[in-house]
Amino acid sequence: MKFTLSWLKQHLETTASVQDIVEAMTMAGLEVEHVEDPAKKLAAFTVAKIVSAEQHPNADRLRVCQVDTADGRKEIVCGAPNARTGLTTIYAPIGAYVPGLDVTLVEKPVRGVVSNGMLCSAAELETAEESDGIMELADDLAVGTPVAAALGLEAVIDFEVTPNRPDWLGVAGIARDLAAAGLGTLKDQTVAPVPGTFPCPIDIRLTAPDACPVFAGRLIRKVKNGPSPDWLQAQLKAIGLRSINALVDVTNLLSYDRARPLHVYDAGKLVGGFVEARLGQGEESLLALDGKTYALTAEMCVIADSSGALGLGGVMGGESTGCSDETSEVFVESAWFDPLRTAQTGRATGIASDAQYRFARTVDTGFIVPGLDLATKLILELCGGEPSEIKVAGQAPAPPGAIAFDPAYVTRLSGLSVDAATSLDVLTRLGCTISGSGANLSVTPPSWRRDIEGKADLVEEVARIVGYGALPSTPLPPVNATSSGVLTPRQNRARMGRRALAAMGYSEAVTWSFTARKTAELFGGGSAAVVLSNPIASDLDCMRPSILPNLIEAAGRNAKRGFADCALFEVGPVFAGDRPKDQRTAITALIAPHAPRRWDGGAGEDVFSIKADLLALLDDLGAPTASLQTVQGSASPWWHPGRSARLQLGPKAVIAEFGALHPRILSALDVDGPVYAFELWLDGVPEQRRKSKARPGYEASSLMPLSRDFAFIVPVDQIAGDLVKAVIGADKALISGARVFDVYQGSGIEPGHKSVALEVSIAPKEKTLTEAEIEALSAKIIAAALKAGGRLRV
Amino acid sequence: MTDLATLEAQIVGAIGTATDLAGLDAVRVSALGKTGSISALLKGMGALSPDERREQGPLINGLRDRVQAALAARKADLEGAALDAQLASEHLDLTLPAPPRRRGGVHPTMQVMDEMIAIFAEMGFAVADGPDIEDDFHNFTALNFPPKHPAREMHDTFFFEANEAGERMLLRTHTSPVQIRTMVSQKPPIRIIAPGRTYRKDSDQTHTPMFHQVEGLVIDRDIHMGHLKWTLETFVGRFFETSEVVTRFRPHHFPFTEPSAELDVQCDRTGGELKVGQGQSWLEVLGCGMVHPNVIRNCGLDPDEWQGFAFGMGVDRLAMLKYGVPDLRDMFASDVRWLSHYGFSAFAAPTAAGGLS
Repeated sequence: MKFTLSWLKQHLETTASVQDIVEAMTMAGLEVEHVEDPAKKLAAFTVAKIVSAEQHPNADRLRVCQVDTADGRKEIVCGAPNARTGLTTIYAPIGAYVPGLDVTLVEKPVRGVVSNGMLCSAAELETAEESDGIMELADDLAVGTPVAAALGLEAVIDFEVTPNRPDWLGVAGIARDLAAAGLGTLKDQTVAPVPGTFPCPIDIRLTAPDACPVFAGRLIRKVKNGPSPDWLQAQLKAIGLRSINALVDVTNLLSYDRARPLHVYDAGKLVGGFVEARLGQGEESLLALDGKTYALTAEMCVIADSSGALGLGGVMGGESTGCSDETSEVFVESAWFDPLRTAQTGRATGIASDAQYRFARTVDTGFIVPGLDLATKLILELCGGEPSEIKVAGQAPAPPGAIAFDPAYVTRLSGLSVDAATSLDVLTRLGCTISGSGANLSVTPPSWRRDIEGKADLVEEVARIVGYGALPSTPLPPVNATSSGVLTPRQNRARMGRRALAAMGYSEAVTWSFTARKTAELFGGGSAAVVLSNPIASDLDCMRPSILPNLIEAAGRNAKRGFADCALFEVGPVFAGDRPKDQRTAITALIAPHAPRRWDGGAGEDVFSIKADLLALLDDLGAPTASLQTVQGSASPWWHPGRSARLQLGPKAVIAEFGALHPRILSALDVDGPVYAFELWLDGVPEQRRKSKARPGYEASSLMPLSRDFAFIVPVDQIAGDLVKAVIGADKALISGARVFDVYQGSGIEPGHKSVALEVSIAPKEKTLTEAEIEALSAKIIAAALKAGGRLRV
Repeated sequence: MTDLATLEAQIVGAIGTATDLAGLDAVRVSALGKTGSISALLKGMGALSPDERREQGPLINGLRDRVQAALAARKADLEGAALDAQLASEHLDLTLPAPPRRRGGVHPTMQVMDEMIAIFAEMGFAVADGPDIEDDFHNFTALNFPPKHPAREMHDTFFFEANEAGERMLLRTHTSPVQIRTMVSQKPPIRIIAPGRTYRKDSDQTHTPMFHQVEGLVIDRDIHMGHLKWTLETFVGRFFETSEVVTRFRPHHFPFTEPSAELDVQCDRTGGELKVGQGQSWLEVLGCGMVHPNVIRNCGLDPDEWQGFAFGMGVDRLAMLKYGVPDLRDMFASDVRWLSHYGFSAFAAPTAAGGLS
């Protein structure tokens, strides 16, 4: 929405500058987006007079002019055909920026003659689309007059209106708020009724009172339509509207002046002697004033006569009854259309007209007949004619009801120290009527402020006009909640996990919570409940069941840019369904190893690298890593079947999966392997239930630990984990651990078997072990291994 | 008697010319071994008369001591030389690269979220969360968005298909549903922030279909707009790390607050870098207001007894402003070069002692 200072001054007696007004609007809640001030933009350009214009010695089409300017007499070379002696025009000095040419003037000879400035056209100043020669101005303008003053150009204020304030969609409404804020005096806005000289011959029928509850109209005959007078054309043009003809321009003027959209019908083209506001029916369509044809549904409010649809009520009129220069009888409509339906019609048709915008935000129910009278007055002034009496069908929605109000609530809710008298004065200036006394007031908002529904709204009005700048700064009362931290254990683990992985060399990514449905399906997702009905793109149409596909695709994009080596992680939500319990927090990490070649022959990363990082992470998170089972063969199908595993506390308590990604998955996502990854479900990691912050007592044995090596022959398909578990179980009191240090297959070992070598750590607790005791322990270890299928290698 | 001086010169000479430990040991054996020359002299002392022994004893013992010292000194020399030679042979070119190690980092949005949580934790705010997939009640109706109201349309909501019950789930357009869930499940006083992912169907340089918000909610009996102002002024000063911060509360409209405001911070944007606490421009930082009585009522509380404020801010946007990130879309592109350029060290967790950034 735009307006100019002079338009505002039609409603507001004020000496405020544009800057004052912008400031006051901002602090009253009107967000000013932009001020286009020609006086500033064109400050360098001033009025000048050509004293003489002579033929350029070296160029047929150029003239050398002597010009009286703000900077004295200047010699300027000009190519315009109308550069002639005695012309009053516009001068730009050297150094001025010419917006229409996008150049800054420099002193340089033109065909051997130095030009000390430039004489400008309207197009060069961007005050007209195109121009033919330099500006020709009235001779009585003094040399040195700024161009904005010479042309009467005004600052245009462009601002955003929040949806609760449709009254700000008219300049008069803005003037009212600015007056209340102390920026000037509001001029009388009342409209004198224009009496009719004959009954309105056109009947008004309302058959859809929900869509159009009230419709006022009158006929004006013997009008002479045509171009609007200059003042009206200029006023509309200043805010970017195109002048059509006087009748249409009047409706546009009132739309912007009073937020009162109107419609004018060429009454000579109405058929049947009536207009009807009804819902769309059957196969109807409308050729609208924008030249497009719209299908009319039963959800839309349609204005019709006996010939059919004439327009979309409150949205756009139709071609068939549009007013032209030939119009001699005009039917003027001032109706009220339901905001929700108007908004829906706007969305369904894509029409965002000035009328639609206003009706969708609720038009003043108290200005239906006055709006029609004001339009009549203007039409009679511009086009002459005889008005009929006004016909009103239906009834306007009830005005806003009274609100019980205690002025002390202003201070209680806002903290402002405002006395009751000030509050009531502000509300009165905004148009409220107040009755009652003391703490038992009854405040009735004006008809144009349907957004004021309760006492908190009244507080906002007072606070906004008194000014938010006066709000006190009051410290919150202290609380003790911080003594034990504010994060839940899960939030804290997400935070620790993030920093642990970053420290291990992984870069944190934040990727979309959605993915393509077909990708989701590859990872066990894609159920109908999590598919978006209006995705932003077809490949982002489904909530992700896992973070893995997003990270794999990210690795692929990086590889395509030439950065194949990467380690990424993300902490975020994954979705198994659309219920709150279906959302889990995952920590997912991935390595796409393309490490640089090494001069020392050191080994690169493999699936055990990701296993090491996962276990380190679980340790950092306080997971019970000692009780975790590593289960192979049951991990999800997107993993390499032989190189992936689950970490679980039990079959129903799976904490994580890790491994190499399945090559088929990688190829479906167009990524080169191998890719190693893990996904850890934070919600699956049991919370530690420690009663005290103190750790259990520390007991370090003074006895030397010792270790013994064993090698066992097992079938090749036996997993080492079982053997290790059996060996540790041989004597839980003495054996503190066992670690595989060699796996061998080949010569010396029978086919189908492998040798697994373990270093067993023994931690005596009470006394140093004798050789005999160590021998006995060894025998127990060998026996336990044998039971688990491992024969001692000899 | 052999001439002791000659013997000494001979042995010391041999020690001096020994070139390795084996040679030196041979000299030691020939002098001090069982059959060595000095050992023979020491043995012979038993056959001497007491007078001769008194005269010869100290001489022979002196000889033995000097030879032992010379042997030890020479041994140390030879061992030192041998170590030097060994070390020389162990020379490594340390300009060669060490094994590669990746440098990880924390995403700027998450870093800024941690900063915000740290600041609000100091003011006693707990951290609440809730689901990303929400229902209409929690995202709109409870927050005083009338059905079909234009304000709903401004949220560019992502919807799911309606289920058998006719219920249409959506992706939360703000983290305000967490405020509702908190007020419904928890008795006041309430003092929480709700950080999390939010979604709107929009994409350009400053809009992405997913982004992050931190919202705050304080409900008590006597909380007014002055508390809101103090809370946010304190936050902005801590976040931008300046005591000079100048803020401006500007009236605005949100369905869920009344009165509503936007908070601007005075700043200087000349030269492309944002400096808070100076300059002529205003930077819009967040939206806020007093929780609308209808919202309080919708959560089963009496608005005549309980009142308070709420605020909400875009985490990614504030991260961009604070750390000079030009394009929001890059935040979610996972480009490893970008992540390493804008990422934070794992050890740069915001703390009161170490500074919040």
